Amino acid sequence: MLLTDNDLQSIWLTLRLAGIVTVILFLVGTPIAWWLARTRSHWKGPVGAVVALPLVLPPSVLGFYLLVTMGPNGPVGQLTQALGIGLLPFTFWGLVVASVFYSLPFMVQPVQNAFEAVGDRPLEVAATLRASPLNAFFTVALPLAAPGFLTAGILTFAHTVGEFGVVLMIGGNIPGVTRVASVQIYDHVEAMEYSDAHRLAAVMLIFSFLVLLVLYLWRPSPKNT
Amino acid sequence: MEPIEIRFNIDWPGFSLAVDEQLPGRGVTALFGHSGSGKTTLLRCIAGLVRAPKGRLVFQGKVWQDDSTWVPTHRRSLGYVFQEASLFPHLTVIGNLRYGQKRAPADIPAEQRVSLDQAIDLLGIRPLLDRKPDRLSGGERQRVAIARALAVSPRILLMDEPLAALDLARKQEILPYLERLHDELAIPVLYVSHAPDEVARLADHLVIMDGGRVLASGPLAATLARLDLPIRLGEDAGVVLEGRITERDTRWHLLKVDCGGVDLWVRDTGVPTDHPVRVRILARDVSIVLAPVEGTSILNTLPARILSLGEDAHPALALVQLQAGQSTLLARLTHRSADHLRLAPGLPVWMQIKAVALL
Repeated sequence: MLLTDNDLQSIWLTLRLAGIVTVILFLVGTPIAWWLARTRSHWKGPVGAVVALPLVLPPSVLGFYLLVTMGPNGPVGQLTQALGIGLLPFTFWGLVVASVFYSLPFMVQPVQNAFEAVGDRPLEVAATLRASPLNAFFTVALPLAAPGFLTAGILTFAHTVGEFGVVLMIGGNIPGVTRVASVQIYDHVEAMEYSDAHRLAAVMLIFSFLVLLVLYLWRPSPKNT
Repeated sequence: MEPIEIRFNIDWPGFSLAVDEQLPGRGVTALFGHSGSGKTTLLRCIAGLVRAPKGRLVFQGKVWQDDSTWVPTHRRSLGYVFQEASLFPHLTVIGNLRYGQKRAPADIPAEQRVSLDQAIDLLGIRPLLDRKPDRLSGGERQRVAIARALAVSPRILLMDEPLAALDLARKQEILPYLERLHDELAIPVLYVSHAPDEVARLADHLVIMDGGRVLASGPLAATLARLDLPIRLGEDAGVVLEGRITERDTRWHLLKVDCGGVDLWVRDTGVPTDHPVRVRILARDVSIVLAPVEGTSILNTLPARILSLGEDAHPALALVQLQAGQSTLLARLTHRSADHLRLAPGLPVWMQIKAVALL
Protein backbone atom coordinates (compact mmCIF):
# COMPACT_ATOMS: atom_id res chain seq x y z
CA MET A 1 0.00 0.00 0.00
CA LEU A 2 1.37 3.36 -0.99
CA LEU A 3 -0.54 5.37 1.57
CA THR A 4 -0.09 4.92 5.31
CA ASP A 5 -3.01 4.11 7.62
CA ASN A 6 -2.83 7.67 8.90
CA ASP A 7 -3.08 8.95 5.34
CA LEU A 8 -6.14 6.77 4.65
CA GLN A 9 -7.68 7.86 7.93
CA SER A 10 -7.21 11.51 6.98
CA ILE A 11 -8.69 10.92 3.52
CA TRP A 12 -11.71 9.17 4.98
CA LEU A 13 -12.17 11.99 7.48
CA THR A 14 -11.91 14.54 4.66
CA LEU A 15 -14.55 12.79 2.56
CA ARG A 16 -16.86 12.40 5.56
CA LEU A 17 -16.50 16.10 6.42
CA ALA A 18 -17.07 17.22 2.82
CA GLY A 19 -20.09 14.93 2.42
CA ILE A 20 -21.78 16.11 5.61
CA VAL A 21 -21.04 19.76 4.87
CA THR A 22 -22.48 19.42 1.34
CA VAL A 23 -25.70 17.85 2.61
CA ILE A 24 -26.10 20.52 5.31
CA LEU A 25 -25.42 23.28 2.79
CA PHE A 26 -28.04 21.92 0.37
CA LEU A 27 -30.56 22.39 3.19
CA VAL A 28 -29.23 25.70 4.50
CA GLY A 29 -28.01 27.26 1.27
CA THR A 30 -31.09 26.63 -0.88
CA PRO A 31 -33.48 28.86 1.12
CA ILE A 32 -30.82 31.59 1.28
CA ALA A 33 -30.23 31.33 -2.48
CA TRP A 34 -34.00 31.37 -3.13
CA TRP A 35 -34.44 34.45 -0.98
CA LEU A 36 -31.50 36.23 -2.60
CA ALA A 37 -32.77 35.36 -6.08
CA ARG A 38 -36.32 36.58 -5.50
CA THR A 39 -36.27 39.31 -2.87
CA ARG A 40 -36.61 42.99 -3.59
CA SER A 41 -35.64 43.83 0.00
CA HIS A 42 -32.92 46.32 0.86
CA TRP A 43 -31.24 43.52 2.75
CA LYS A 44 -30.38 41.68 -0.44
CA GLY A 45 -27.06 43.51 -0.84
CA PRO A 46 -25.79 43.13 2.74
CA VAL A 47 -26.86 39.48 2.97
CA GLY A 48 -25.29 38.69 -0.39
CA ALA A 49 -22.05 40.35 0.74
CA VAL A 50 -21.96 38.38 3.99
CA VAL A 51 -22.53 35.13 2.10
CA ALA A 52 -19.66 36.00 -0.25
CA LEU A 53 -17.24 37.02 2.54
CA PRO A 54 -15.46 33.63 2.76
CA LEU A 55 -14.42 34.08 -0.87
CA VAL A 56 -12.11 36.97 0.01
CA LEU A 57 -11.51 36.61 3.76
CA PRO A 58 -8.27 34.84 4.79
CA PRO A 59 -9.35 31.47 6.24
CA SER A 60 -7.38 32.29 9.38
CA VAL A 61 -9.56 35.35 9.99
CA LEU A 62 -12.76 33.36 9.55
CA GLY A 63 -11.32 30.58 11.70
CA PHE A 64 -10.28 33.03 14.39
CA TYR A 65 -13.74 34.56 14.73
CA LEU A 66 -15.38 31.14 14.72
CA LEU A 67 -12.93 29.96 17.39
CA VAL A 68 -13.73 32.94 19.60
CA THR A 69 -17.49 32.62 19.03
CA MET A 70 -17.57 28.90 19.70
CA GLY A 71 -15.00 29.04 22.52
CA PRO A 72 -15.83 28.86 26.25
CA ASN A 73 -16.51 32.59 26.51
CA GLY A 74 -18.17 33.06 23.12
CA PRO A 75 -21.96 33.22 22.75
CA VAL A 76 -22.16 30.00 20.73
CA GLY A 77 -19.77 28.28 23.11
CA GLN A 78 -21.90 29.25 26.11
CA LEU A 79 -25.00 28.03 24.31
CA THR A 80 -23.49 24.66 23.39
CA GLN A 81 -22.26 24.24 26.95
CA ALA A 82 -25.65 25.12 28.35
CA LEU A 83 -27.22 22.55 26.02
CA GLY A 84 -24.79 19.96 27.29
CA ILE A 85 -23.04 19.52 23.95
CA GLY A 86 -19.78 20.85 25.25
CA LEU A 87 -17.44 23.01 23.21
CA LEU A 88 -17.22 22.69 19.43
CA PRO A 89 -13.62 23.75 18.71
CA PHE A 90 -11.22 20.85 18.29
CA THR A 91 -14.06 18.43 17.51
CA PHE A 92 -15.25 16.99 14.24
CA TRP A 93 -18.59 18.82 14.50
CA GLY A 94 -16.77 22.05 15.16
CA LEU A 95 -15.06 21.48 11.81
CA VAL A 96 -18.43 20.84 10.20
CA VAL A 97 -19.85 24.11 11.51
CA ALA A 98 -16.78 26.06 10.40
CA SER A 99 -16.79 24.43 6.97
CA VAL A 100 -20.47 25.25 6.47
CA PHE A 101 -19.63 28.93 6.83
CA TYR A 102 -16.46 28.62 4.80
CA SER A 103 -18.14 26.88 1.83
CA LEU A 104 -21.44 28.79 1.97
CA PRO A 105 -20.81 30.97 -1.13
CA PHE A 106 -19.90 27.92 -3.21
CA MET A 107 -23.39 26.55 -2.57
CA VAL A 108 -25.42 29.75 -2.53
CA GLN A 109 -24.04 31.52 -5.60
CA PRO A 110 -24.54 28.80 -8.26
CA VAL A 111 -27.98 27.97 -6.87
CA GLN A 112 -28.93 31.65 -6.72
CA ASN A 113 -27.82 32.09 -10.34
CA ALA A 114 -29.87 29.06 -11.35
CA PHE A 115 -32.98 30.38 -9.57
CA GLU A 116 -32.51 33.79 -11.19
CA ALA A 117 -32.24 32.14 -14.60
CA VAL A 118 -35.55 30.37 -14.00
CA GLY A 119 -37.20 33.78 -13.64
CA ASP A 120 -40.74 34.75 -12.63
CA ARG A 121 -42.64 33.40 -15.59
CA PRO A 122 -42.57 29.64 -14.86
CA LEU A 123 -43.74 30.36 -11.30
CA GLU A 124 -46.54 32.59 -12.58
CA VAL A 125 -47.55 29.84 -14.99
CA ALA A 126 -47.55 27.35 -12.11
CA ALA A 127 -49.76 29.69 -10.06
CA THR A 128 -52.28 29.96 -12.91
CA LEU A 129 -52.25 26.15 -13.04
CA ARG A 130 -53.29 26.15 -9.39
CA ALA A 131 -49.96 25.24 -7.80
CA SER A 132 -49.34 26.88 -4.43
CA PRO A 133 -46.04 28.77 -4.10
CA LEU A 134 -44.44 25.92 -2.11
CA ASN A 135 -45.73 23.35 -4.58
CA ALA A 136 -44.45 25.43 -7.49
CA PHE A 137 -41.04 25.63 -5.81
CA PHE A 138 -40.71 21.87 -5.67
CA THR A 139 -42.35 21.01 -8.99
CA VAL A 140 -41.05 23.85 -11.17
CA ALA A 141 -38.24 25.91 -9.64
CA LEU A 142 -36.19 22.96 -8.30
CA PRO A 143 -36.32 20.85 -11.49
CA LEU A 144 -35.50 23.86 -13.68
CA ALA A 145 -32.60 24.83 -11.41
CA ALA A 146 -31.25 21.26 -11.19
CA PRO A 147 -28.06 21.92 -13.21
CA GLY A 148 -27.22 24.74 -10.79
CA PHE A 149 -27.63 22.35 -7.86
CA LEU A 150 -25.28 19.84 -9.46
CA THR A 151 -22.63 22.52 -9.95
CA ALA A 152 -23.13 23.85 -6.43
CA GLY A 153 -22.89 20.39 -4.85
CA ILE A 154 -19.67 19.51 -6.67
CA LEU A 155 -18.07 22.89 -5.93
CA THR A 156 -19.03 22.77 -2.25
CA PHE A 157 -17.74 19.25 -1.83
CA ALA A 158 -14.47 19.98 -3.61
CA HIS A 159 -13.94 23.26 -1.79
CA THR A 160 -14.47 21.61 1.60
CA VAL A 161 -11.95 18.90 0.67
CA GLY A 162 -9.42 21.62 -0.13
CA GLU A 163 -9.83 23.58 3.07
CA PHE A 164 -6.79 24.07 5.30
CA GLY A 165 -6.56 27.33 7.21
CA VAL A 166 -9.95 27.16 8.88
CA VAL A 167 -9.32 23.55 9.89
CA LEU A 168 -6.05 24.46 11.51
CA MET A 169 -7.62 27.36 13.43
CA ILE A 170 -10.73 25.58 14.64
CA GLY A 171 -9.80 21.89 14.63
CA GLY A 172 -6.15 21.74 15.39
CA ASN A 173 -4.51 18.53 14.34
CA ILE A 174 -6.13 15.58 16.12
CA PRO A 175 -5.70 12.26 14.27
CA GLY A 176 -9.03 10.69 13.34
CA VAL A 177 -10.96 13.70 14.64
CA THR A 178 -9.81 16.80 12.85
CA ARG A 179 -6.71 15.81 10.91
CA VAL A 180 -7.96 16.01 7.32
CA ALA A 181 -5.84 15.29 4.25
CA SER A 182 -4.59 18.84 3.73
CA VAL A 183 -3.36 19.00 7.32
CA GLN A 184 -1.82 15.54 7.00
CA ILE A 185 0.24 16.79 4.04
CA TYR A 186 1.35 19.75 6.13
CA ASP A 187 2.46 17.38 8.88
CA HIS A 188 4.41 15.23 6.42
CA VAL A 189 6.23 18.30 5.13
CA GLU A 190 6.94 19.57 8.66
CA ALA A 191 8.42 16.15 9.48
CA MET A 192 10.52 16.23 6.27
CA GLU A 193 8.59 13.13 4.98
CA TYR A 194 8.60 14.42 1.42
CA SER A 195 7.80 11.13 -0.27
CA ASP A 196 4.71 10.66 1.94
CA ALA A 197 3.72 14.25 1.23
CA HIS A 198 4.15 13.59 -2.49
CA ARG A 199 1.85 10.60 -2.50
CA LEU A 200 -0.97 12.27 -0.61
CA ALA A 201 -0.54 15.51 -2.55
CA ALA A 202 -0.81 13.55 -5.80
CA VAL A 203 -4.04 11.96 -4.60
CA MET A 204 -5.44 15.42 -3.84
CA LEU A 205 -4.28 16.78 -7.17
CA ILE A 206 -5.88 13.97 -9.16
CA PHE A 207 -9.08 14.20 -7.14
CA SER A 208 -9.37 17.94 -7.68
CA PHE A 209 -8.68 17.63 -11.38
CA LEU A 210 -11.26 14.88 -11.84
CA VAL A 211 -13.89 16.85 -9.96
CA LEU A 212 -13.36 19.90 -12.12
CA LEU A 213 -13.24 17.76 -15.26
CA VAL A 214 -16.61 16.25 -14.39
CA LEU A 215 -17.97 19.73 -13.76
CA TYR A 216 -16.80 21.09 -17.09
CA LEU A 217 -17.83 18.04 -19.13
CA TRP A 218 -21.27 17.64 -17.56
CA ARG A 219 -22.24 21.28 -17.54
CA PRO A 220 -25.41 21.03 -19.63
CA SER A 221 -25.81 23.33 -22.58
CA PRO A 222 -28.50 25.97 -22.04
CA LYS A 223 -31.89 24.75 -23.20
CA ASN A 224 -34.32 26.88 -25.12
CA THR A 225 -37.90 26.74 -24.01
CA MET B 1 -74.01 35.20 -16.31
CA GLU B 2 -73.09 37.84 -13.78
CA PRO B 3 -70.82 40.62 -14.99
CA ILE B 4 -67.26 40.83 -13.74
CA GLU B 5 -66.73 43.83 -11.49
CA ILE B 6 -63.28 45.34 -11.71
CA ARG B 7 -61.79 48.40 -10.09
CA PHE B 8 -58.05 48.90 -10.10
CA ASN B 9 -55.84 51.90 -9.48
CA ILE B 10 -52.12 51.64 -9.99
CA ASP B 11 -49.68 54.51 -9.83
CA TRP B 12 -46.22 53.37 -10.80
CA PRO B 13 -43.50 55.73 -12.00
CA GLY B 14 -44.21 56.22 -15.70
CA PHE B 15 -47.35 54.12 -15.72
CA SER B 16 -50.79 54.39 -14.25
CA LEU B 17 -53.91 52.31 -14.46
CA ALA B 18 -57.36 53.52 -13.46
CA VAL B 19 -60.15 51.16 -14.36
CA ASP B 20 -63.66 50.88 -12.95
CA GLU B 21 -65.75 48.67 -15.20
CA GLN B 22 -68.21 45.85 -15.46
CA LEU B 23 -67.12 43.26 -18.01
CA PRO B 24 -69.63 40.81 -19.45
CA GLY B 25 -69.66 37.39 -17.81
CA ARG B 26 -70.00 35.57 -21.11
CA GLY B 27 -68.53 35.53 -24.61
CA VAL B 28 -65.21 36.91 -25.73
CA THR B 29 -64.27 40.34 -24.43
CA ALA B 30 -61.34 41.92 -26.23
CA LEU B 31 -59.11 44.31 -24.29
CA PHE B 32 -57.76 46.33 -27.17
CA GLY B 33 -55.09 49.00 -27.15
CA HIS B 34 -51.59 49.92 -28.15
CA SER B 35 -48.61 48.64 -26.18
CA GLY B 36 -48.35 50.52 -22.91
CA SER B 37 -52.12 51.08 -22.78
CA GLY B 38 -52.35 48.95 -19.63
CA LYS B 39 -54.32 46.06 -21.10
CA THR B 40 -51.82 43.40 -20.05
CA THR B 41 -51.47 44.91 -16.58
CA LEU B 42 -55.25 44.88 -16.25
CA LEU B 43 -55.30 41.20 -17.19
CA ARG B 44 -52.54 40.46 -14.68
CA CYS B 45 -54.51 42.28 -11.97
CA ILE B 46 -57.52 40.11 -12.75
CA ALA B 47 -55.35 36.99 -12.56
CA GLY B 48 -53.82 38.09 -9.26
CA LEU B 49 -50.32 38.18 -10.75
CA VAL B 50 -50.21 41.90 -9.93
CA ARG B 51 -51.76 43.19 -6.75
CA ALA B 52 -53.20 46.65 -7.29
CA PRO B 53 -53.56 48.42 -3.94
CA LYS B 54 -57.17 49.09 -2.91
CA GLY B 55 -58.48 47.19 -5.90
CA ARG B 56 -61.77 45.40 -6.11
CA LEU B 57 -62.60 42.35 -8.19
CA VAL B 58 -65.78 40.34 -8.00
CA PHE B 59 -66.12 37.34 -10.26
CA GLN B 60 -69.38 35.37 -10.43
CA GLY B 61 -70.39 36.57 -7.00
CA LYS B 62 -67.04 35.68 -5.44
CA VAL B 63 -64.84 38.47 -4.13
CA TRP B 64 -61.34 37.85 -5.43
CA GLN B 65 -60.01 41.15 -4.15
CA ASP B 66 -61.19 43.99 -1.97
CA ASP B 67 -59.86 45.84 1.06
CA SER B 68 -60.08 42.78 3.27
CA THR B 69 -59.86 39.93 0.78
CA TRP B 70 -57.09 38.67 -1.42
CA VAL B 71 -57.47 35.37 -3.22
CA PRO B 72 -54.02 34.30 -4.51
CA THR B 73 -53.72 33.32 -8.15
CA HIS B 74 -53.59 29.60 -7.47
CA ARG B 75 -56.98 29.71 -5.73
CA ARG B 76 -58.69 31.63 -8.56
CA SER B 77 -60.58 29.49 -11.02
CA LEU B 78 -58.96 30.84 -14.15
CA GLY B 79 -56.90 29.73 -17.09
CA TYR B 80 -54.15 32.03 -18.34
CA VAL B 81 -52.39 31.97 -21.69
CA PHE B 82 -49.23 34.05 -21.84
CA GLN B 83 -47.84 35.76 -24.93
CA GLU B 84 -44.99 33.27 -25.06
CA ALA B 85 -46.23 29.73 -24.57
CA SER B 86 -44.10 29.33 -21.41
CA LEU B 87 -44.42 25.56 -21.36
CA PHE B 88 -42.48 23.79 -18.62
CA PRO B 89 -39.33 22.61 -20.44
CA HIS B 90 -38.75 19.71 -18.05
CA LEU B 91 -42.13 18.15 -18.80
CA THR B 92 -43.52 16.57 -21.97
CA VAL B 93 -46.64 17.98 -23.62
CA ILE B 94 -48.88 15.58 -21.72
CA GLY B 95 -46.93 16.35 -18.53
CA ASN B 96 -47.63 20.03 -19.05
CA LEU B 97 -51.34 19.34 -19.61
CA ARG B 98 -51.61 17.13 -16.54
CA TYR B 99 -49.81 19.66 -14.32
CA GLY B 100 -52.85 21.90 -14.15
CA GLN B 101 -55.47 19.25 -14.76
CA LYS B 102 -54.59 17.22 -11.66
CA ARG B 103 -54.56 20.37 -9.52
CA ALA B 104 -58.05 21.43 -10.59
CA PRO B 105 -60.38 21.32 -7.58
CA ALA B 106 -62.69 18.32 -7.38
CA ASP B 107 -65.83 20.38 -6.81
CA ILE B 108 -66.03 21.77 -10.36
CA PRO B 109 -69.52 21.18 -11.74
CA ALA B 110 -69.63 18.55 -14.48
CA GLU B 111 -70.84 20.95 -17.18
CA GLN B 112 -67.82 23.17 -16.56
CA ARG B 113 -65.26 20.38 -16.39
CA VAL B 114 -62.95 20.15 -19.39
CA SER B 115 -61.50 16.68 -19.73
CA LEU B 116 -57.93 16.14 -20.85
CA ASP B 117 -59.22 14.47 -24.03
CA GLN B 118 -61.51 17.39 -24.74
CA ALA B 119 -58.68 19.91 -24.36
CA ILE B 120 -56.37 17.78 -26.52
CA ASP B 121 -58.93 17.40 -29.30
CA LEU B 122 -60.11 21.01 -29.23
CA LEU B 123 -56.57 22.17 -29.96
CA GLY B 124 -55.64 19.22 -32.17
CA ILE B 125 -52.47 18.30 -30.29
CA ARG B 126 -52.92 14.53 -29.91
CA PRO B 127 -49.86 13.69 -32.07
CA LEU B 128 -47.64 15.88 -29.89
CA LEU B 129 -48.31 14.44 -26.45
CA ASP B 130 -45.01 12.65 -25.85
CA ARG B 131 -42.78 15.43 -27.13
CA LYS B 132 -40.76 17.89 -25.09
CA PRO B 133 -41.55 21.58 -25.66
CA ASP B 134 -38.21 22.23 -27.38
CA ARG B 135 -39.30 19.81 -30.12
CA LEU B 136 -42.42 21.85 -31.00
CA SER B 137 -42.97 24.69 -33.44
CA GLY B 138 -44.09 28.07 -32.12
CA GLY B 139 -47.68 27.48 -33.19
CA GLU B 140 -47.77 24.01 -31.67
CA ARG B 141 -46.38 25.34 -28.39
CA GLN B 142 -49.07 27.99 -28.16
CA ARG B 143 -51.78 25.41 -28.88
CA VAL B 144 -50.41 23.25 -26.06
CA ALA B 145 -50.38 26.29 -23.77
CA ILE B 146 -54.04 27.00 -24.57
CA ALA B 147 -54.99 23.35 -24.00
CA ARG B 148 -53.05 23.40 -20.71
CA ALA B 149 -55.00 26.45 -19.54
CA LEU B 150 -58.29 24.80 -20.51
CA ALA B 151 -57.44 21.53 -18.78
CA VAL B 152 -57.70 23.19 -15.34
CA SER B 153 -61.43 23.58 -16.11
CA PRO B 154 -61.38 27.33 -15.48
CA ARG B 155 -64.44 29.53 -15.00
CA ILE B 156 -62.77 32.19 -17.10
CA LEU B 157 -60.00 32.13 -19.68
CA LEU B 158 -57.52 35.02 -19.75
CA MET B 159 -55.41 35.34 -22.89
CA ASP B 160 -52.56 37.83 -23.15
CA GLU B 161 -51.84 38.38 -26.86
CA PRO B 162 -51.57 34.65 -27.49
CA LEU B 163 -50.82 35.21 -31.18
CA ALA B 164 -48.51 38.23 -30.97
CA ALA B 165 -45.30 36.22 -30.90
CA LEU B 166 -46.28 34.22 -34.01
CA ASP B 167 -45.88 34.93 -37.70
CA LEU B 168 -48.89 35.28 -39.98
CA ALA B 169 -48.97 31.63 -41.04
CA ARG B 170 -48.90 30.40 -37.43
CA LYS B 171 -51.64 32.90 -36.55
CA GLN B 172 -53.84 31.52 -39.30
CA GLU B 173 -53.11 28.06 -37.91
CA ILE B 174 -54.36 28.97 -34.42
CA LEU B 175 -57.26 31.33 -35.11
CA PRO B 176 -59.66 28.53 -36.13
CA TYR B 177 -58.97 26.80 -32.80
CA LEU B 178 -59.76 30.00 -30.93
CA GLU B 179 -63.02 30.28 -32.86
CA ARG B 180 -63.85 26.73 -31.84
CA LEU B 181 -63.32 27.66 -28.19
CA HIS B 182 -65.71 30.52 -28.72
CA ASP B 183 -68.32 28.24 -30.28
CA GLU B 184 -67.94 25.17 -28.10
CA LEU B 185 -67.12 26.36 -24.59
CA ALA B 186 -69.43 28.41 -22.45
CA ILE B 187 -66.75 30.09 -20.33
CA PRO B 188 -66.07 33.80 -20.70
CA VAL B 189 -62.80 34.81 -22.33
CA LEU B 190 -60.81 38.01 -21.79
CA TYR B 191 -58.60 38.45 -24.81
CA VAL B 192 -55.83 41.06 -24.81
CA SER B 193 -54.77 42.15 -28.26
CA HIS B 194 -53.43 45.03 -30.28
CA ALA B 195 -54.37 43.38 -33.60
CA PRO B 196 -57.68 44.68 -35.02
CA ASP B 197 -58.12 41.63 -37.26
CA GLU B 198 -58.04 39.25 -34.28
CA VAL B 199 -60.48 41.41 -32.39
CA ALA B 200 -62.84 41.66 -35.37
CA ARG B 201 -62.80 37.93 -35.76
CA LEU B 202 -63.09 36.76 -32.17
CA ALA B 203 -64.62 39.40 -29.93
CA ASP B 204 -68.23 39.86 -28.89
CA HIS B 205 -67.50 42.76 -26.61
CA LEU B 206 -64.83 45.38 -27.06
CA VAL B 207 -62.95 47.35 -24.43
CA ILE B 208 -60.65 49.98 -25.89
CA MET B 209 -57.82 51.09 -23.61
CA ASP B 210 -55.38 53.94 -23.80
CA GLY B 211 -52.95 55.33 -21.23
CA GLY B 212 -54.20 53.00 -18.51
CA ARG B 213 -57.81 54.07 -18.95
CA VAL B 214 -60.85 52.57 -20.62
CA LEU B 215 -61.91 54.74 -23.57
CA ALA B 216 -64.91 52.68 -24.53
CA SER B 217 -66.60 49.46 -23.59
CA GLY B 218 -69.51 47.90 -25.42
CA PRO B 219 -70.74 45.31 -27.90
CA LEU B 220 -68.25 44.91 -30.75
CA ALA B 221 -70.34 46.17 -33.69
CA ALA B 222 -71.74 49.19 -31.85
CA THR B 223 -68.36 50.17 -30.39
CA LEU B 224 -66.54 49.92 -33.70
CA ALA B 225 -69.23 52.05 -35.39
CA ARG B 226 -68.77 54.94 -32.95
CA LEU B 227 -67.49 58.07 -34.59
CA ASP B 228 -65.37 59.28 -31.68
CA LEU B 229 -63.17 56.19 -31.49
CA PRO B 230 -61.94 55.23 -34.95
CA ILE B 231 -59.38 58.02 -34.84
CA ARG B 232 -57.52 55.76 -32.47
CA LEU B 233 -57.76 52.90 -34.91
CA GLY B 234 -56.26 54.73 -37.90
CA GLU B 235 -56.26 52.65 -41.05
CA ASP B 236 -58.11 49.90 -39.22
CA ALA B 237 -61.23 51.96 -38.62
CA GLY B 238 -64.20 49.97 -39.80
CA VAL B 239 -67.15 47.92 -38.70
CA VAL B 240 -67.89 44.26 -38.16
CA LEU B 241 -71.35 42.96 -39.06
CA GLU B 242 -72.91 39.65 -38.15
CA GLY B 243 -74.92 37.92 -40.83
CA ARG B 244 -76.17 34.72 -42.37
CA ILE B 245 -75.64 33.29 -45.83
CA THR B 246 -78.77 33.54 -47.98
CA GLU B 247 -77.42 32.55 -51.38
CA ARG B 248 -74.46 30.65 -52.80
CA ASP B 249 -73.49 31.58 -56.35
CA THR B 250 -71.45 28.62 -57.58
CA ARG B 251 -70.78 30.11 -61.01
CA TRP B 252 -68.97 33.20 -59.68
CA HIS B 253 -67.88 31.70 -56.35
CA LEU B 254 -69.70 34.32 -54.35
CA LEU B 255 -71.89 34.29 -51.26
CA LYS B 256 -74.76 36.60 -50.51
CA VAL B 257 -74.77 37.51 -46.83
CA ASP B 258 -77.69 39.19 -45.10
CA CYS B 259 -76.33 41.48 -42.38
CA GLY B 260 -79.31 43.05 -40.64
CA GLY B 261 -81.16 43.93 -43.82
CA VAL B 262 -78.04 44.67 -45.85
CA ASP B 263 -77.27 42.19 -48.61
CA LEU B 264 -73.57 41.91 -49.34
CA TRP B 265 -71.76 39.81 -51.93
CA VAL B 266 -68.53 38.31 -50.63
CA ARG B 267 -66.02 35.77 -51.89
CA ASP B 268 -67.00 32.19 -51.13
CA THR B 269 -64.48 30.84 -48.59
CA GLY B 270 -66.26 27.52 -48.36
CA VAL B 271 -68.05 28.12 -45.05
CA PRO B 272 -71.14 25.97 -44.54
CA THR B 273 -74.34 27.75 -45.60
CA ASP B 274 -76.03 27.40 -42.20
CA HIS B 275 -73.06 28.86 -40.35
CA PRO B 276 -73.40 32.38 -38.90
CA VAL B 277 -70.70 34.59 -40.38
CA ARG B 278 -68.98 37.88 -39.69
CA VAL B 279 -67.91 40.39 -42.27
CA ARG B 280 -65.59 43.29 -41.78
CA ILE B 281 -65.87 46.52 -43.77
CA LEU B 282 -63.13 49.09 -43.36
CA ALA B 283 -64.06 52.76 -43.50
CA ARG B 284 -61.46 53.40 -46.20
CA ASP B 285 -63.17 50.86 -48.49
CA VAL B 286 -66.54 52.65 -48.42
CA SER B 287 -67.24 55.59 -50.73
CA ILE B 288 -70.39 57.64 -51.13
CA VAL B 289 -72.33 58.60 -54.27
CA LEU B 290 -75.57 60.51 -54.48
CA ALA B 291 -77.13 58.22 -57.10
CA PRO B 292 -76.35 54.64 -58.12
CA VAL B 293 -73.63 54.57 -60.74
CA GLU B 294 -73.89 52.51 -63.92
CA GLY B 295 -70.89 50.72 -65.30
CA THR B 296 -68.89 50.18 -62.13
CA SER B 297 -66.82 47.17 -61.15
CA ILE B 298 -67.93 47.55 -57.57
CA LEU B 299 -70.16 44.67 -56.56
CA ASN B 300 -71.80 46.08 -53.47
CA THR B 301 -73.65 49.33 -54.03
CA LEU B 302 -76.32 49.92 -51.40
CA PRO B 303 -78.75 52.62 -50.36
CA ALA B 304 -78.05 54.19 -46.98
CA ARG B 305 -78.82 57.24 -44.92
CA ILE B 306 -76.27 59.50 -43.32
CA LEU B 307 -76.37 59.46 -39.52
CA SER B 308 -73.57 61.84 -38.67
CA LEU B 309 -70.25 63.23 -39.75
CA GLY B 310 -67.07 63.38 -37.72
CA GLU B 311 -63.41 64.20 -37.82
CA ASP B 312 -60.71 61.73 -38.71
CA ALA B 313 -57.09 61.85 -37.59
CA HIS B 314 -55.89 63.84 -40.59
CA PRO B 315 -57.48 67.30 -41.08
CA ALA B 316 -58.27 66.46 -44.71
CA LEU B 317 -60.35 63.44 -43.79
CA ALA B 318 -63.86 63.00 -42.48
CA LEU B 319 -65.62 59.96 -41.12
CA VAL B 320 -69.25 59.42 -42.03
CA GLN B 321 -71.57 57.19 -40.08
CA LEU B 322 -74.21 55.55 -42.28
CA GLN B 323 -77.34 53.57 -41.59
CA ALA B 324 -78.30 50.73 -43.91
CA GLY B 325 -81.03 48.35 -42.78
CA GLN B 326 -80.34 47.82 -39.09
CA SER B 327 -76.60 48.08 -39.58
CA THR B 328 -74.27 51.00 -39.01
CA LEU B 329 -71.28 51.45 -41.29
CA LEU B 330 -68.41 53.92 -41.49
CA ALA B 331 -67.03 55.64 -44.58
CA ARG B 332 -63.84 57.65 -44.82
CA LEU B 333 -63.71 60.50 -47.33
CA THR B 334 -62.14 63.92 -47.67
CA HIS B 335 -63.80 66.98 -46.20
CA ARG B 336 -63.71 68.43 -49.67
CA SER B 337 -65.83 65.59 -51.07
CA ALA B 338 -68.22 65.79 -48.13
CA ASP B 339 -68.66 69.49 -48.76
CA HIS B 340 -68.98 69.02 -52.51
CA LEU B 341 -71.73 66.43 -52.08
CA ARG B 342 -73.36 68.56 -49.36
CA LEU B 343 -73.49 65.58 -47.04
CA ALA B 344 -75.61 66.13 -43.94
CA PRO B 345 -77.36 63.92 -41.39
CA GLY B 346 -80.53 62.41 -42.83
CA LEU B 347 -79.42 62.62 -46.46
CA PRO B 348 -80.16 59.47 -48.48
CA VAL B 349 -77.06 58.33 -50.40
CA TRP B 350 -75.55 55.23 -51.97
CA MET B 351 -72.57 53.43 -50.50
CA GLN B 352 -70.04 51.82 -52.78
CA ILE B 353 -68.21 49.12 -50.86
CA LYS B 354 -64.95 48.15 -52.49
CA ALA B 355 -64.04 45.27 -50.21
CA VAL B 356 -65.89 43.10 -47.78
CA ALA B 357 -63.85 40.61 -45.81
CA LEU B 358 -65.54 37.43 -44.65
CA LEU B 359 -63.92 36.65 -41.30
